[in-house]
Amino acid sequence: MEEHTRIPYSKYLMVWFALVLFTGVTIMVAGLQVGGWSTFAAIFIAAIKGTLVLFYFMHLRYESGLFKLALTVAMLTLAVIMALTFADVSFR
Amino acid sequence: MSHDAPGGVVSYLDAGKGAGFWPWLKSWIFTVDHKRIGILYLVTIMSFFAIGVLLGITMRLELIAPGKTIIGPDTYNSLFTVHGVIMIFLFIIPGLPAIFGNFFLPIQIGARDVFFPRINLLSWYCYVVGAILAVVSLFAGGGAPDTGWTFYVPYAVRTTTNVTVAVFAAFVLGFSSILTGLNFVTTVHRMRTKGMTWFRMPLNVWSLYATAWIQLLATPIIAVTLILVMLERMFNLGLFDPARGGDPILYQHLFWIYSHPAVYIMILPAMGVVSEIIPTFSHKTIFGYRAIAMSSLAIAFLGYLVWGHHMFTSGMGDTSRWIFSLLTFLVAIPSAIKVFNWVATLYKGSVQMEPALLFVFGFIFLFSIGGLTGMMQSALAVNIHVHDTYFIVGHFHYVMFGGTGFGLIAAVLYWFPKMFGRMIPRKPLYIGFGFMFVGFNLLYFTMLILGWQGMPRRYYDYVPEFTTGHVIATVGSWILVAGLLIVAHTVLKAVIKGEPAPADPWGGTTLEWKIPSPPPHENFVELPVIEAGPYHRPGGKTP
Amino acid sequence: MTAVAIPHIEEHHDPEGSRFGMWLFLLTEILLFAGIFLLYAVYRYQFPEDFHYGATTLHTLVGAINTIILLTSSLTMVLSIAKLVRGDRKGAVVMLGATIALGLSFLVVKIFEWGDKIGHGLFPGSEELMEHTAGENMFYGLYFGMTGLHALHVIVGLGVLAVMLYRLARKPRMTVRLPAPGNVALSLASGDGRKLWDGTADADVDGVEVSLTYSKNEEMLDKEVTRLENAGLYWHLVDVIWIFLFPFLYLIT
Repeated sequence: MEEHTRIPYSKYLMVWFALVLFTGVTIMVAGLQVGGWSTFAAIFIAAIKGTLVLFYFMHLRYESGLFKLALTVAMLTLAVIMALTFADVSFR
Repeated sequence: MSHDAPGGVVSYLDAGKGAGFWPWLKSWIFTVDHKRIGILYLVTIMSFFAIGVLLGITMRLELIAPGKTIIGPDTYNSLFTVHGVIMIFLFIIPGLPAIFGNFFLPIQIGARDVFFPRINLLSWYCYVVGAILAVVSLFAGGGAPDTGWTFYVPYAVRTTTNVTVAVFAAFVLGFSSILTGLNFVTTVHRMRTKGMTWFRMPLNVWSLYATAWIQLLATPIIAVTLILVMLERMFNLGLFDPARGGDPILYQHLFWIYSHPAVYIMILPAMGVVSEIIPTFSHKTIFGYRAIAMSSLAIAFLGYLVWGHHMFTSGMGDTSRWIFSLLTFLVAIPSAIKVFNWVATLYKGSVQMEPALLFVFGFIFLFSIGGLTGMMQSALAVNIHVHDTYFIVGHFHYVMFGGTGFGLIAAVLYWFPKMFGRMIPRKPLYIGFGFMFVGFNLLYFTMLILGWQGMPRRYYDYVPEFTTGHVIATVGSWILVAGLLIVAHTVLKAVIKGEPAPADPWGGTTLEWKIPSPPPHENFVELPVIEAGPYHRPGGKTP
Repeated sequence: MTAVAIPHIEEHHDPEGSRFGMWLFLLTEILLFAGIFLLYAVYRYQFPEDFHYGATTLHTLVGAINTIILLTSSLTMVLSIAKLVRGDRKGAVVMLGATIALGLSFLVVKIFEWGDKIGHGLFPGSEELMEHTAGENMFYGLYFGMTGLHALHVIVGLGVLAVMLYRLARKPRMTVRLPAPGNVALSLASGDGRKLWDGTADADVDGVEVSLTYSKNEEMLDKEVTRLENAGLYWHLVDVIWIFLFPFLYLIT
């Protein structure tokens, strides 16, 4: 079964531990008074956690470039939608 | 009359015959053969098209004179709503991909079926469920929805008509669309036969591929929007309620973020069909293959950037209005590229005036008018005056009916011999085209004029100075429908009585013309190996 | 005597293609949530203080616990797949069971959270909520809408995992249908000639169904792993969505 990449259990456990850690970090950062940066920090940390799940738990790291391209296209679509909507909402 | 292909191979139409009625029916309802699923879609989609047409001529009959003619104002509101819902969600959006994409995409890339045949069947089941729900919404409880197919809040939340059921129907139909898109993208990536590189695929496949991406990435937005409307109506969620801080314009944003790309779901496959028919009947390879292929992707991409042009008068901010106006002007460019390349293909070709090509000429002419009127609307100053008038109604019927509608008929005529193993007699089709072309322009060009003069859309009544225009338009609708009936009757008769068709009646070059008419169950005895471009003719330049 | 060969399992076996199809479906789910995240972004931009206040009425600890629950369920999910890849069917079943249990716990916690809010009169359309500011109305509308949509996906995910659990708990099998026109004698023999079963089908029988179970067939196992991976992908996505929901709803400063 060469198709299915064999990742050692330990790697999965390390990723899980990192995820729990970052959860703690994001809660802690929310308690600090960093003003406008807090939104950015929350998104940034969530993005790291999400990327960890996507890359390791969902094996995106080991899949062909096409999978990553497809995800990128979807995220770009999302970004465009947000940007153009805010072109209306923030400049009314 | 047997559909056996030469050599005695059983065609996909005949497999399962002879075992009795119920087994035969089950072999169709539970089929996983992409060709049969295409036929199932054909029957269901064209049935709903017929209903949509009936609603349309009823509307035109009411509007032939000011005041009440045959129906009351509330019924009129429901009529144009249901006409829109059926035509858009049950006919145009599924239309070409579900019928001809399903039937021909695997064959054109040298595959035996799509990647997920059972999901393919599921997508048809979703279509049927959505269709039934749409019909239920007409009769149950509060009556047919009267919001317009756009379901704008706040009225869609307040009206007592069956908005929830209708919106749920659209949701289920969206699922059907998503599953089709998913299947086509996977199929094109994984199942092209040996030698079929990306740039050797027929342009029809490129169009369907680009369409499939839009189906995947845009439809979920309408899904969540419809869910939110249902939640507003059922649980008073309040997210679009201005009294509680909500913003109805956000609904419009969410709605058009899908519904604009949706119009490219409607037109791209028709453009793909045109790109097939023109080289075949010019007996020449296509001009500008790569430009046409890339323009399909460009249209799909740019289509996401322009939705705000449906909302110029909604109360959107000024900055976003000129941004959307500018982006909208850009999206015309790839479409124009296609038209130039098609015309260049015809130039110095040996043109064979088959009915399918005639409808393609109709497409190019009518779609161009539609596209140009679209450009007029993109200008903010013009839009203020023509928004929500008959000018808009004329515009979108030119692109959707003159474009996709005529394109779909062209597809039927072109691929009919392959699908049913029979030829359609030409003469009645020419006559039908004539009626359709004259009736279409009488109906919709008049609307462009009426709208320019100020006639609002979705209005049950109108001031007397618009009467002449309305009479002309209604008469045009009768001529148009007469043409449709002639074409429909000729096609249906040919299913049973047409002359047997050879494998390649037109001298086409793509893979579907190399297998029997109708094709056998698994398409190819041996999977083909490709060594040249799809429109390559021996002796001609290799594209 | 005609020997009928059991057909080869399936010509068309493309695990990467199958996974690609699943990823495409996940992209549609991402865009589905994108729509409601868009509403969230706009309303938070318009009502920053009210959203902050709304977040303080949610219990961060409870949200954090639910986050850990889902993260752990993702871990048990990949462990389940990892065990199946290594041929440890029982281990895979245990891990899958743990995933489902954790998913159910998430829902239980959610029910308590919602119950708490509803108990205080804070739910969409409530009179109590009408007294609050516009921004708070938007916050609670989004809170219920987003967590509700997410919970719906958790429920669907659990359904899919339950089906996978059932299939994994029994041996993989394939059913073969053979026509048996008229009066036929049927016998089943193993590859080395041992007779396994003998019988006669009379004239009324027109077909025979044979169900074959495989414990060691590579291709069957391969297909099972692909199926479990695809189910796992869906479950992970549910986790990823919550990873964004948690800070956006609970940790607004």
